[in-house]
Amino acid sequence: MSRLLVSILVALLASVPLWLTDFYYLHVLIVTGIFIVAAMSLNLLLGYTGQLSLGHVAFFGIGAYTSALVSLGFEVHILPDVTVGMAPKPVWFAMLCATAVAGLTGYAIGKLSFRVRGAYFVIVSISFAEVVRLVALNWVELTQGPMALNNIPALTLGFDGFELSFLRKPAFYLLVLTMLVVCYVIIARLVNSRAGRAMIALRENESLAMSVGIDVTRYLVVATVVSAAMAGMAGALYTHYIRIVDPDIFLFIYTVTMVIMVVTGGKGTLAGPIVGGVIFGIVPEVLRGMEIRPEVQWIAYGVLMVLVVYFLPRGIVPAIESYMSSRRRAPKGEAVAVAPEAPQQ
Amino acid sequence: MSAQPETVLSIDQVAVHFGGLVAISDMTFAVRSGEIVGLIGPNGAGKTTAFNVVTGFLKPTSGEVRYRSNPLNGLKPHEIAKLGLVRTFQRTSVFQERNVFQNVLTGLHGRGRSSLWDTLLGTPREKSSERELKDEANEILRFVGLEQRAHEPAGTLPYGEQRLIGVALALAAKPSMLLLDEPVSGMNPSETARFVKLVEKIRESGVTILLVEHDMPMVMKVCDRIVVLNYGRIIA
Amino acid sequence: MGELVQHLLNATILGGTYALLGIGLTLIFGIMRVVNFTHGELYAFGAYCMYALAMLLGVNFFVALVLAMILGAALGAVLEIVLLSRLRGADIDTTMLVMIGAWIVMQNTEQLVWSGVALSIANPFPADPLVMGPLSVSWNRVFVFAAALLLIAGTYHLVNRTRLGKAMRATFQDRDTAALMGIRIDRIHTATFALGSSLAAAAGALLGPVFVVAPTMGDLAASKAFAIVILGGLGSVTGATLGGFILAFVEEIGAGYISSGYRDAMGFLLIILILLVRPTGLFAQKERIG
Repeated sequence: MSRLLVSILVALLASVPLWLTDFYYLHVLIVTGIFIVAAMSLNLLLGYTGQLSLGHVAFFGIGAYTSALVSLGFEVHILPDVTVGMAPKPVWFAMLCATAVAGLTGYAIGKLSFRVRGAYFVIVSISFAEVVRLVALNWVELTQGPMALNNIPALTLGFDGFELSFLRKPAFYLLVLTMLVVCYVIIARLVNSRAGRAMIALRENESLAMSVGIDVTRYLVVATVVSAAMAGMAGALYTHYIRIVDPDIFLFIYTVTMVIMVVTGGKGTLAGPIVGGVIFGIVPEVLRGMEIRPEVQWIAYGVLMVLVVYFLPRGIVPAIESYMSSRRRAPKGEAVAVAPEAPQQ
Repeated sequence: MSAQPETVLSIDQVAVHFGGLVAISDMTFAVRSGEIVGLIGPNGAGKTTAFNVVTGFLKPTSGEVRYRSNPLNGLKPHEIAKLGLVRTFQRTSVFQERNVFQNVLTGLHGRGRSSLWDTLLGTPREKSSERELKDEANEILRFVGLEQRAHEPAGTLPYGEQRLIGVALALAAKPSMLLLDEPVSGMNPSETARFVKLVEKIRESGVTILLVEHDMPMVMKVCDRIVVLNYGRIIA
Repeated sequence: MGELVQHLLNATILGGTYALLGIGLTLIFGIMRVVNFTHGELYAFGAYCMYALAMLLGVNFFVALVLAMILGAALGAVLEIVLLSRLRGADIDTTMLVMIGAWIVMQNTEQLVWSGVALSIANPFPADPLVMGPLSVSWNRVFVFAAALLLIAGTYHLVNRTRLGKAMRATFQDRDTAALMGIRIDRIHTATFALGSSLAAAAGALLGPVFVVAPTMGDLAASKAFAIVILGGLGSVTGATLGGFILAFVEEIGAGYISSGYRDAMGFLLIILILLVRPTGLFAQKERIG
């Protein structure tokens, strides 16, 4: 896609609050946008480095809890007579903390879990998310456990006299859109750089990557840190939007939703998670409007996922790209080669 | 050869055991600077195993490998590559889904100067470094004769050309010594002849070469010296 | 002291069913290279079969148990033929995604059919526990343990002593050579998946009467099964048996002496700990490079 086209699209999206007055639709767009950011971050790991990480929701949830706790303040007993606590901090600071804490967790997890690959890695990543969920459920003093953290403040920016509040949906929508664009730019720059080439190289052929001097573990950890920080930021956005967070945020099904978005849209493409995210963000709302039971909706998800793997194994975006390039080349009668990545160097 | 050039690679009493199976029992040989040495032997003689040991993909059970007086034992493959000892692979030699140009750019990894922050912030250094890498990639493609193929996905090219990409990738890593694992297997005679010229060109640029090959005429033609490995023992 | 022995006894009894759960999963991975995300749902399926047969249709408890296993095997065979047979040779991530899709469909179908209400299954055993000095254990659990051991022994016999088992082991070692030797890989895969599914269904049918039956019961079972096979090494039947008992002991002791809230986290913590200390210890085999 050309730069111009992208700019027009972003401008169009930015104008949405001007003409879309139904707050319900705006709400759908906000939640979809947040999940697209999470899916984009997952795509960095799943699509570019080729690691099927099924614990991604942990970073999202850690971001959500960190931001909630920093903005609410907390006090916990580490030992019977030792307490650690923090007074409530501004929301923007809490969100930065969330991004940093999720990134640091990504660093630790990356260092630890990339000692194993394949099925082991997948199961370890699931294990990690489960442990975090159980901690959130059981460390009641910190997280309120199943009672959830309530009354999480909304984001406000500015000084005395001039305050910009993100309590209202149009403002929050624009915030989400801004974050989405920022994350997109970061990922686009990363995957088209030296570091990105190293990540793709280890997806394609790890031994070959090592043989030309690429420190595979280093780039896996870099990808995990960036990915985790981004997911943490998305979690922080979510928590200050919904303004309540409970341990269910760590459920495996959310990871699965992100995976479906990435795989359906096209893993390892920049536009893939956006396309997949739009489909799986909007479709459930349409189905809900038709009063279809959530179980049926989930069954449809599952079936769709299987069908995508069978019939569009590379996802929607690469399928469209190869269709377009075959139409362009067809008159010349050339063999059609499928380019795996959208961006050309 | 008149004056003996210095030894660059020395393999000293290396043994590799897989459980009870002895892949290499006691291998000792050396390669001097500027040489082209052929490593030959029957199937299963441990040639590829020897390559894996030298390039850090496999830990030897005992013995020592040194490159330019650096002991290699315990180094990871990418660290050994950074010392200038670079290999090619027998079977999978390319990043299948990337185009030829991107393949070579990936090989140039170690030559880039930009940090992660440069990348994320899009600094001038990022841009100049990328420009240099692209120039260099074009140069390497011309050197191996693949400039026409630059924008085709590597996995769709004929086998012989994929082997060339493998060599281009290895050259991109700026080796002072190149290890070629059966580079002409699957090539037709004219491709092999072209490849022999390429190997000589690489040597002229100052790179020492160790190659494993079954194609004996090719080995006799390019190699200064031959080491025969038989079931893990050096017999000639 | 008595408390500790009681914990150890509980762990042993629990370990039998854990081993049963793990073996089914590890067999499927070892022979087919498929991470079976539907394992927990097959477990739940077994429990629901038990409920439908014994409670709704009034079938004899033990007959229902056998029928649940047979139905589990049949469902497994159908899943394998419909979903996996056309993905032979696909990479592990692809089959994993398909199995995740199947898992979602199965779990929500259960939810749709049975609703989210927990159901309980009556058992024919005496209500009074078996008491031995300071120890006590319910008769139902004694039966579950005995049945689990019997099934494990049966699986060992099948894998190590029969023609089918021999073909399975050959496929496990080298699929291509096995195919060249005239082994019909498709059949082995279907048989393996049916066997693994049947073992999962058996575990569900055995434990359904001990706990309650609910649509999400499969998730917990699946997470335990994953922990068990990682502990024992993916693909190793003996490893899964040991892993089952190890997990049970760690959970029992951890829940008894550290915190019961973290009982279900113990397996995962154990996995992470093993990774920290000895990641290479987990690898079953290394692949050729080059």
